[in-house]
Amino acid sequence: MKTEESYLEEVTASEYKYGFYTNIEADKVPPGLSEEVIRIISAKKQEPEWMTEWRLDAYRKFQKMTEPKWPNVTYPEPDLQAISYYSAPKKKKELESLDEVDPELLDTFKKLGISLEEQKRLTGVAMDVVVDSVSVKTTFKEKLGELGIIFCSMSEAIQDHPELVKKYLGTVVPKTDNFYAALNSAVFTDGSFCYIPKGVRCPMELSTYFRINEAGTGQFERTLVIADESSYVSYLEGCTAPMRDENQLHAAVVELVALDDAEIKYSTVQNWYPGDKDGKGGVYNFVTKRGMCERNAKISWTQVETGSAVTWKYPSCILKGENSVGEFYSVAVTNNYQQADTGTKMIHLGKNTKSTIISKGICAGHSNGSYRGLVKIGPRAENARNFSQCDSLLMGNGCGSHTFPYIETQNKSAKIEHEATTSKIGEDQIFYCNQRGIGEEEAIALIVNGYCKDVLNQLPMEFAVEAQKLLAISLEGSVG
Amino acid sequence: MLKINNLQAEIEGKSILKGIDLEVKPGEVHAIMGPNGSGKSTLSSVIAGREEYEVTGGNIDFEGEDLLDLGADERAHKGIFLSFQYPVEIPGVTVTNFIKTAINETRKARGQETMPANVMLKMMREKMSLLEIDNAFLSRSLNEGFSGGEKKRNEIFQMAMLEPKLAILDETDSGLDIDALRIVANGVNKLKSKNNAVIVITHYQRLLEHIVPDYVHVLYKGKIVKSGTKDLALELEAKGYDWLKEGVEA
Ligand SMILES: Nc1ncnc2c1ncn2[C@@H]1O[C@H](COP(=O)(O)OP(=O)(O)O)[C@@H](O)[C@H]1O
Ligand SMILES: [Mg+2]
Repeated sequence: MKTEESYLEEVTASEYKYGFYTNIEADKVPPGLSEEVIRIISAKKQEPEWMTEWRLDAYRKFQKMTEPKWPNVTYPEPDLQAISYYSAPKKKKELESLDEVDPELLDTFKKLGISLEEQKRLTGVAMDVVVDSVSVKTTFKEKLGELGIIFCSMSEAIQDHPELVKKYLGTVVPKTDNFYAALNSAVFTDGSFCYIPKGVRCPMELSTYFRINEAGTGQFERTLVIADESSYVSYLEGCTAPMRDENQLHAAVVELVALDDAEIKYSTVQNWYPGDKDGKGGVYNFVTKRGMCERNAKISWTQVETGSAVTWKYPSCILKGENSVGEFYSVAVTNNYQQADTGTKMIHLGKNTKSTIISKGICAGHSNGSYRGLVKIGPRAENARNFSQCDSLLMGNGCGSHTFPYIETQNKSAKIEHEATTSKIGEDQIFYCNQRGIGEEEAIALIVNGYCKDVLNQLPMEFAVEAQKLLAISLEGSVG
Repeated sequence: MLKINNLQAEIEGKSILKGIDLEVKPGEVHAIMGPNGSGKSTLSSVIAGREEYEVTGGNIDFEGEDLLDLGADERAHKGIFLSFQYPVEIPGVTVTNFIKTAINETRKARGQETMPANVMLKMMREKMSLLEIDNAFLSRSLNEGFSGGEKKRNEIFQMAMLEPKLAILDETDSGLDIDALRIVANGVNKLKSKNNAVIVITHYQRLLEHIVPDYVHVLYKGKIVKSGTKDLALELEAKGYDWLKEGVEA
């Protein structure tokens, strides 16, 4: 039997092989979107009839929808007919050495500390590496299997666990939820699936690394996590993308289902290519993430968002069951010409439901960051409680930060607290650090990490370290 | 060690320092006194390298090197420490983390290895007992919610950890009660050696009873208008500054 270490080594090695370049011959569907294309995707994936129909239904609904215009971002509308909706690596080309990789990218990885050596230390982390649209590798499956935990690609889940997929897919984020969710429902090619059986505490962090790889390929992942009654899972999702010249559309859907007494902790570090210093290129990241909490269930979203050119994303919780708890911890960094409109929705439906929102925005350069949050208390949500803290930190004078808190209450017993601050990294703080021998870049990293501490503390240890470094890199050269 | 020669500085076009001369040798303690607004904090900021102040004339030599060519962090690496009159808050950054970063960044700049955690911990314990600081202090956010006295004590704690060659204490005594003053002064005295020097900026004779200066200078309207020994401080305490002002205004 393989040791955990050698297994990880193999996985991380393959990550370098497949993860970071496009030197893979892809089996690619020509650009364009039509029923025909959807049938091809479904056929290529050898999907059952019900799945094909599900997609086509979504597509028909999608055709009647329009792109949302309310987020506080501007960008040229992506040409959906120019996108190729399916590509699968046909041949895994071995590379002689890392010399063939974009040195700038390697440099970033080095700074992030994701060296092979360090990855080896991440024992206890199972990874499901998604390259373009097909899962290349799933680890620790057997070990998880002993506990009845299913952790596999969405494609596999459709084949092997159709009853679970049928029962839950689209129940938290309906096909018609929004334009990009509908598009995703029609064309999603892969993603991750996770099921934790009743009463099982998943013994390790489940981790998926998504990577966008093929030029001009939109990525439409679909993630479904189901925590059955009284179970627990901590799920990590992180991503990096290679330097890119053209815009890449990314429209993922993530659905979490926490049944009675279950808990899901979902952590994301999002680091896609944000475009260059002049705002050229970069990923469009339009994501729908939502969780459903039944009785006494808890869903906790933690995100560190540093990447993408344009982002809109609102990981949300529907607190349906009594005593259920929703949490949202977010750090969103924008620099140069990045735009982000992100936040959360806490929908309180059940009695004694509780939610906490901690949002830390950091804007630098000419960027624009918005927090948009909705706290909704339904008529039957007796004694619902919410606490929101939304802070923004500005660096320089060229950036903009906005806060849009929405509160809708239909029950008088609700207690809602909202706090917001806006601050600037002061020259005083920098000088104070300088005077102690701490240079400017280090000083900014220190101050920013301190500011984000409440959120970073929510991340699993090794992720927190990576996130700290990422924050520092994202803000390099942004003061002066 | 430090030679300041005809130093002139301004901020926002307003001239503040108007020709300062000062020489500090290793092992010496200098006190700088003077009414509010005379430029004491400006002088310490300029020595420490705060960029908002523009040096319009003169020079500062530190151990044979022109300080004005160096950034604030580089001056710190050379061994210059400023205890701030108004220490700055950095939310979410613990005292420990801040000091650890300061020490290791300084060591890195000097081409030294990072300080092993156990060595640092031991050093922290020593200096904490010297300054009668308790453990809980270390995990608090830097200066956030600190009382005036805690802030000043924290400055001296950092000084003790960084072991500078030249320490400038800008009104470190303000905000300290008598006991705290004694503890801090005692700490400063323990850290004194024949190789380092201290510039104490204060309004009060009180501190100088504990940290005894070799020289006392009076700064007024951006100039040193009088220098003397520790007796000058006593005289100022008794007579105030007015008798010195007259000479300048004339
Ligand atoms: N940042 C600043 N902007 C404008 N004026 C300043 C600034 N800092 C200091 N000054 C002015 O410089 C003069 C000297 O101030 P300071 O050095 O703080 O004096 P002291 O420390 O002796 O009380 C004062 O008139 C003060 O108003
Ligand atoms: Mg002052």
